[in-house]
Amino acid sequence: MGHGGGGALSAELVEHLFAPAYGNDLLAGLADSTALTLAGTRLAFSTDSYVVRPLFFPGGSIGDLAVNGTVNDLAMSGARAAYLSCAFILEEGTDLSVVGRIAQAVGAAAVAAGVSIATGDTKVVDAGHGDGVFINTSGIGLIPHGVDIRPQRATPGDLVIVSGPIGMHGVAIMSVREGLEFGVEVTSDTAPLGGLVDAMLDVTPDLHTLRDPTRGGVATALNEIAAASGTGVLLHEHAVPVPEPVAGACGFLGLDPLYVANEGRLLAFVPRSHADAVLAAMRAHPLGAQAAVIGECVTEHPGMVVARTRFGGTRVVDLPLGEQLPRIC
Amino acid sequence: MTVAGVVQGVGFRPFVHALAGELCLSGHVTNCAGGVVAEIEGARDSVEAFCARVATHAPPPAAVASVTYEEVPALGTAGFAIRPSENGGGPGGRTLLPPDTAMCAACSAELADPADRRYRHPFITCSHCGPRFTIVTALPYDRATTTMAGFPLCAACAREYADPADRRFHAQPLACHDCGPTLYLSGPPKPTGTADATDTAATAGTAGTTGTTSTADATATSDATDATDATDATSTTSTTATIGATGTIGATGTTGAAAIAEARRLLTAGAILAVKGIGGYHLACDAANARAVAALRERKQRGRRPFAVMAADLGTAEQLAPVSPAEAELLTGPCRPIVLLRRAAQPKTAQPKTAQPKTAQPQAHPPPALLADGVCPGSPDIGVMLPYAPLHQLLFGLPGDPPGPRVLVMTSANVSGEPILTDDERAHAVLPGLADAWLWHDRPIQVPCDDSVVRVRADGTSVPLRRSRGYAPLPLPLPLSLPVTAPPSLAVGGDLKNTICVAEGRTAWLSAHIGDMDSVATLEAAGTAARHLASLTSVRPGVLAADRHPAYRSTRWAHRHAEGRPVHMVQHHHAHIASAMADNGLDGTEPVIGLAFDGTGYGDDGAVWGGEVLLADYSGYRRLAHLAYVPLPGGDAAVRNPYRMALSHLRAAGIDRDPGLPPVATCPDGERRLVERQLERGLACVPTSSMGRLFDAVSSLAGICHRISYEAQAAIELEAAAAPAMTGCGPAYAFRLTPAPQGSSCELLDPAPVLEAVVADLRAAAPTAVIAARFHHAVADAALAVCRSAARRTGIGSVALSGGVFGNVLLEEACTQRLLAASFTVLRHRNVPCGDGGLALGQIVVAAHRAPT
Ligand SMILES: [Fe+3]
Ligand SMILES: [Mg+2]
Ligand SMILES: [Zn+2]
Ligand SMILES: [Zn+2]
Repeated sequence: MGHGGGGALSAELVEHLFAPAYGNDLLAGLADSTALTLAGTRLAFSTDSYVVRPLFFPGGSIGDLAVNGTVNDLAMSGARAAYLSCAFILEEGTDLSVVGRIAQAVGAAAVAAGVSIATGDTKVVDAGHGDGVFINTSGIGLIPHGVDIRPQRATPGDLVIVSGPIGMHGVAIMSVREGLEFGVEVTSDTAPLGGLVDAMLDVTPDLHTLRDPTRGGVATALNEIAAASGTGVLLHEHAVPVPEPVAGACGFLGLDPLYVANEGRLLAFVPRSHADAVLAAMRAHPLGAQAAVIGECVTEHPGMVVARTRFGGTRVVDLPLGEQLPRIC
Repeated sequence: MTVAGVVQGVGFRPFVHALAGELCLSGHVTNCAGGVVAEIEGARDSVEAFCARVATHAPPPAAVASVTYEEVPALGTAGFAIRPSENGGGPGGRTLLPPDTAMCAACSAELADPADRRYRHPFITCSHCGPRFTIVTALPYDRATTTMAGFPLCAACAREYADPADRRFHAQPLACHDCGPTLYLSGPPKPTGTADATDTAATAGTAGTTGTTSTADATATSDATDATDATDATSTTSTTATIGATGTIGATGTTGAAAIAEARRLLTAGAILAVKGIGGYHLACDAANARAVAALRERKQRGRRPFAVMAADLGTAEQLAPVSPAEAELLTGPCRPIVLLRRAAQPKTAQPKTAQPKTAQPQAHPPPALLADGVCPGSPDIGVMLPYAPLHQLLFGLPGDPPGPRVLVMTSANVSGEPILTDDERAHAVLPGLADAWLWHDRPIQVPCDDSVVRVRADGTSVPLRRSRGYAPLPLPLPLSLPVTAPPSLAVGGDLKNTICVAEGRTAWLSAHIGDMDSVATLEAAGTAARHLASLTSVRPGVLAADRHPAYRSTRWAHRHAEGRPVHMVQHHHAHIASAMADNGLDGTEPVIGLAFDGTGYGDDGAVWGGEVLLADYSGYRRLAHLAYVPLPGGDAAVRNPYRMALSHLRAAGIDRDPGLPPVATCPDGERRLVERQLERGLACVPTSSMGRLFDAVSSLAGICHRISYEAQAAIELEAAAAPAMTGCGPAYAFRLTPAPQGSSCELLDPAPVLEAVVADLRAAAPTAVIAARFHHAVADAALAVCRSAARRTGIGSVALSGGVFGNVLLEEACTQRLLAASFTVLRHRNVPCGDGGLALGQIVVAAHRAPT
């Protein structure tokens, strides 16, 4: 089941199975959302399905993720989400009060994100054929004039900014799902990023690339961008904000925080000349208060992500596989 | 007569010339693509004597592979001539370049002879010795295709070069005071900005204890340590600029004899010196100076990993550890590797901490200790080498020099995780944090080449643990079952301590040690090594071979660089066993029982293998038995923290995690609850049959090592603990060998009873040494049991031992003895390492048997 993990195997599925079957180039961009032109208007369009376990976790629920995830995918092309669809697949026997709480969460998250749920659907599958509640959301939004944000635009000289501390969502989910106690409770970072992106676009429309590092974490997002643009990405390991509890949990579990999922963070590739101003605008926004420059695009090692370690050495940051396997002999 | 093998660049033609002269033969000799060709004529007896001696009396660096004769009509010519090379290695044939060879006795004598024109010349060399592999840039091997190209010969050197009777006839790196490279001693650059004091500043201060000006200067340099910090590019740039402009770096700059004298003074005063040698930069300090050693450990972020040392001479080496005749031969021979010497039990009185003044009687002083405790703490062995470059001999001093250290720590200078430094600009950019001064020269190093590491067995045979300087690029013959037309190929090896290998037909060439493939610098070094090897051997690989581990950097590198060529994926332990088979010259017509014991290898079922018994030949393998799976809690985190492996093994064996047990006591409460939960849920847990991890678990369970700071530390310290108790430790523990589970032909080796017995011994307060020894015997007993069972099932009587765990002398010896006593044929490694440094050789033979012929 490594194919769902957001790593090399997922990319393979899209590239070799889905894209050829659909017979058009729209998926080839490998972006979170697709930019479409409809009657002269540039729209961003995106869909995502949510199968998270547990349904409720510190900091949010599947309902928050379903709204924020799609809103964020649109925001990553600079679009402000306007309308969402929301489809529930319920397993026979699921407690209706649970469904009710999720619906409430969806509504509240939509209000917070400034988006309207315009259409929906509900299906019920036999007991044993689902796992409680699955949600699919799709969304559309307008791409402002003069904005062209794509992974392909990352270019040597760009600085890489992360909007805040990483790894919190993944660790929060893992701790409740597996009953792990790390001493300090870690809450999910799930949040709608449309407002933050607006604040950044107010500084300059010339943001090159935005990405929300969800499944597969920062490492996967950076690898996808490096591969799509052909630029090398140099990460300054010590500059990456990893909260202490996340670092501790990852240490215990033998995981690398760079590969852990986030739901309310973004990575921005910004021309060096705009970086200071963009960073300042981000820090002025509540969701970007701890934004930091974590790396840069370089001409060396094209298409590869490399971390500069604290001791001045380098470490290749590859696409993850399904699981993190040890390599030490 | 055609002589093939390593016969060029070793003074072979002058040797033939001299031999012909001695026997009054006429004719000529010349280098050709396939080696050396000579035509001789004279009295039949003399011709026969010539033929008999040409292989046996060849100069030391030569390696004669074959001598073939053909009778031709006599021409009646007079005299013997050395003719110009016909072809230095064109497409038809293959010149074999010699490895870098230690300074010969004749050069050593000249170096110390005040009457010789090369007295104290740091680059003295002749056609029998000196650098080859690390200076050659292309073939044919000629001065113009070495990094000596920039040093035109003076008239005196040119005469020697052209004189067939001279030891330096056609010695390409030949040089003297007038025309050779220049040696420099430089201080680090002055700090360029406001540098914050790091903790390195405190340790660097130890160099200044004698209060001399230079060492005080060294203290100031530590301000520049954050040149290693990626964000501080200023000092890097300024250093580079200085090199380019003047050829010297930083504040101080002495050259030649003064540089050596000052370097010796600094070492004596306790400074850490960067020394540019043959295959890269070393960091050197006085091994007897506890503070210098501690500072070096701190600056290199070295943990407890042992340092190798260089002793001034054999007599000094013998004071460090007992040296057998076979070890002495290696220590003083032309390859001159680091030899791992097993240390005698240390007498408690010889503490290197200097005696208290009030108790010290002048006559009662013990001989000054040569080694500080911090050189190789906890290690059963000490890695020792002798000077191999003229510069090293000068560092230890010639008659008349003031006294200096007799033993130097000599460790590769590198940025953590990167290959040994060879590039002067890069070295001077990153060394300020590591060295107080550097002794360097302007002869470029073409490829990095670390010191080799070799161990001698009780029976006098030896095995490299790292095959590099002195060995690379010597060819390795491949088994006869391979068609001579086997396609040219490249194997990329593993991920740690890596080497790569190219092969064509029945010959393979292993690269020098490349290192851990995590860093970009190492990946680049792998690319450079592949290109360099291809250019030296004229092999143009059409096929690639890589490990099956999907996340190995080497495997990904192979795919990235395949350019349409097929990439054969080879299972890790199959490659280990194939490597041992090829190393023993097996033709592969009959399979062997392969014991592959190591730390980590990607298994066909996605599990982490490492305690494998395979029925293997070159074309395939079947798993006959393996260590029972236990979870590896947290991947690399479990490897770095052996107490986690102990917890996993205890749980798998159904033993209570009693807080009195060392790993349980060591693991913080919160983490222990987490690990238990992790094991229970299988979260970030991969099943493993790793023998290396079982050694880790037992090491922790016995209270020996709970956290490692270098690879295999827990197992090495377990071996050290077991050594004194291997005889007389009482009965071995016993594994349970369970028959194949339904539907599988694979037996399981269950360690649970071993863990129970260890816990029982711990409760009975048995000495740690006894526990460690009983465990070693248990693994050897189990190895014999699985081999007997495998032999019953397959009728095969040959057992190949491979995998990093067999770097453990005690285990290899115990397994070998038992197997030989049971009439098995035992195949142990000879020329390539049992660890992942030998993996590429196995991959290349397996790939050759898979490729269409
Ligand atoms: Fe291995
Ligand atoms: Mg998405
Ligand atoms: Zn010599
Ligand atoms: Zn000269």
